[in-house]
Amino acid sequence: MSGDHQTLALVLFSVFIAVTLGITTWVSRNRHGSAEEFYAGGRLFSPLENGFAIAGDYMSAASFLGISGLIALYGYDGMLYSVGFLVAWLVVLLLVAELVRNCGRFTLADVVAARMAERPVRIAAGTSSVAVSVLYLVAQMVGAGSLVALLLGGTGEAARSWTVVGVGALMVIYVSLGGMRATTWIQIVKAVLLMAGTITLTVLVLLRFHGDVNSLLSSAAERSGRGKDFLAPGLRYGGDWTARLDFISLGIALVLGTAGLPHILSRFYTVPTARAARRSVVWAIGLIGSFYLMTIVLGFGAAALIGPGEVRASNASGNTAVPLLALDLGGGAGSTGGTVLFAVVAAVAFATILAVVAGITLASSASVAHDLYASLRHRHAKQYSEVTVARIAAAVIGAAAIGLGLLARDLNVAFLVGLAFAVAASANLPVLLYSLFWRKFTTRGAVWAVYGGLIPAVLLVLVSPVVSGSPEALFPGVDFHLFPLQNPGVVSIPLGFFAGWIGTVTSTEPPDEARHAETEVRALTGAGAA
Amino acid sequence: MDQVDKQEGLGASAKPVDDPWYEATASGWGEGAETGAPGDAHPDAVPRQRVHGAAEIYLEVQRSPAFQEVRGRYRRFVFPAALAFLLWYLAYVVAATAAPGLMARPVAGVVNVAMVAGLGQFLTTFLLTWAYARHARLRRDRAALELRWDTQEMTRGVVQP
Repeated sequence: MSGDHQTLALVLFSVFIAVTLGITTWVSRNRHGSAEEFYAGGRLFSPLENGFAIAGDYMSAASFLGISGLIALYGYDGMLYSVGFLVAWLVVLLLVAELVRNCGRFTLADVVAARMAERPVRIAAGTSSVAVSVLYLVAQMVGAGSLVALLLGGTGEAARSWTVVGVGALMVIYVSLGGMRATTWIQIVKAVLLMAGTITLTVLVLLRFHGDVNSLLSSAAERSGRGKDFLAPGLRYGGDWTARLDFISLGIALVLGTAGLPHILSRFYTVPTARAARRSVVWAIGLIGSFYLMTIVLGFGAAALIGPGEVRASNASGNTAVPLLALDLGGGAGSTGGTVLFAVVAAVAFATILAVVAGITLASSASVAHDLYASLRHRHAKQYSEVTVARIAAAVIGAAAIGLGLLARDLNVAFLVGLAFAVAASANLPVLLYSLFWRKFTTRGAVWAVYGGLIPAVLLVLVSPVVSGSPEALFPGVDFHLFPLQNPGVVSIPLGFFAGWIGTVTSTEPPDEARHAETEVRALTGAGAA
Repeated sequence: MDQVDKQEGLGASAKPVDDPWYEATASGWGEGAETGAPGDAHPDAVPRQRVHGAAEIYLEVQRSPAFQEVRGRYRRFVFPAALAFLLWYLAYVVAATAAPGLMARPVAGVVNVAMVAGLGQFLTTFLLTWAYARHARLRRDRAALELRWDTQEMTRGVVQP
């Protein structure tokens, strides 16, 4: 890699940082410091703005770098992520967005606690939200690391670590200074940049093949050395039945996980009404859907123009396929076009990571301050304001994610996100759906649903080949893996639902009819919504 | 349409401040005047009697035919639709793993069944999004909004001392 595009990319990225820091300062200039302001940005965003912000929160480095990389390496099997990530939004749109907007205030736990004994439910839902957020953050940190490794030509091991640290520190500044309002504007700016970058690359790929998708696909198949198999399922997940079951497990986790992601749920509180929440999801689906369609083109484009071999040589899990593609589309290494395009793509990817990281950190700091600290603090302990606690929490969570991100740096980003989705779908989705739709649901059922999904999901990951017993594992030297699948979803999601059901039918307290009526009326009409 | 928007906007600004439901953890503890009232993170802090009054109102609204109609319209659309798209997605994922031969069958040029099915998922997602938004706008929003005002009127009477 020549010094030119390094310099240019760093300049562009610094511009983005300067702009977003400017936004942060500007929006927080007359901030009240209230929880309403800090977590929900005053709830006055328009559906269009929130739609872009949701898309910005969701289209992470995992999507931009990870999915295209997987498609470049494995062809069709990478597409599963695109499809799953999009279809998941139907669960959000139909079952979750409006109802959550109407009966919660800041977090997932608000919705559940409205019907149940507050303290145990808040602790449970807060814990699982933090767990999901940290996993998701790690994925973003890994993305940042591999991007820098590419930028600096894979030379600087230390540089890579410092980037991860730097990204973490920046996001803590954004979140603690600007709260939801700044985070939302960063998401919007990032979503626009990302869409613009993706559209440019897609058009260039299609132009290269004279608009002929057929020839794009056949060159990709040819270059891959796998022929037609490259365009059909099975290259990554086709082997034995364990691999196939893993694929199904991942598919289920992707489609059910989105509705349980804390940073997505918290976005619905930034608009004034349920109707606005619905319209923002419709915007988001439009943006996200077109984005994922384009990542498919980029993935196959990278396979056709760069070739899976070269992509793998640059980064074993494919995270750098898109920057390499940009370099090639601009005219190749050394050319001005290539340099510029590469720098732009690298800067956009960086912006993407930073914005997503800020969104997740904000959501998890809300879970810590609003749910966990509020429930666990000592009555007579010194009183800090909730927003202060949230700011401290942001720093602590940032630090934890940095540490884990350094450990996990060789795993594929999209794959790591798959794990976060599995935990979200197991721990958060059952309790949320039961609370919204099941009349007989009780406090014990709620607590069991959360832990009954969270604990199996986390344990199964710990004893899976991701952590030990395979060459790509976190700890390749040791082998304590007991569970054959990499993604726990197929086991842990049903367990979450089952635990919630068992907890409810065995609980001695009767369900609270009146509070259920209140939840249902509020959820569907918006009466008394925050 | 515009009218609904306007009303919604008003609804947002006319937040029921003294609503028993959220008083517990609502305003974020540790800020402003109520700082430090021990136990304000617990629903019991709300005077029992007020909860009672509001609870009865919510039960009453829940039993009303108007609410049942809104809920019925919502559920009759959402449950079958959710089941349908989840099954369609699951069928797609299972077919990709269990029947790669079928998925690899060519349709036109290098485009095979798997490609068509994958793009079909995108298409059905867009279509269902459109259908749901339309259904909610035309069949649910107005009735829900009326219920919202009625309920808020009723609870306001109870809540205010």
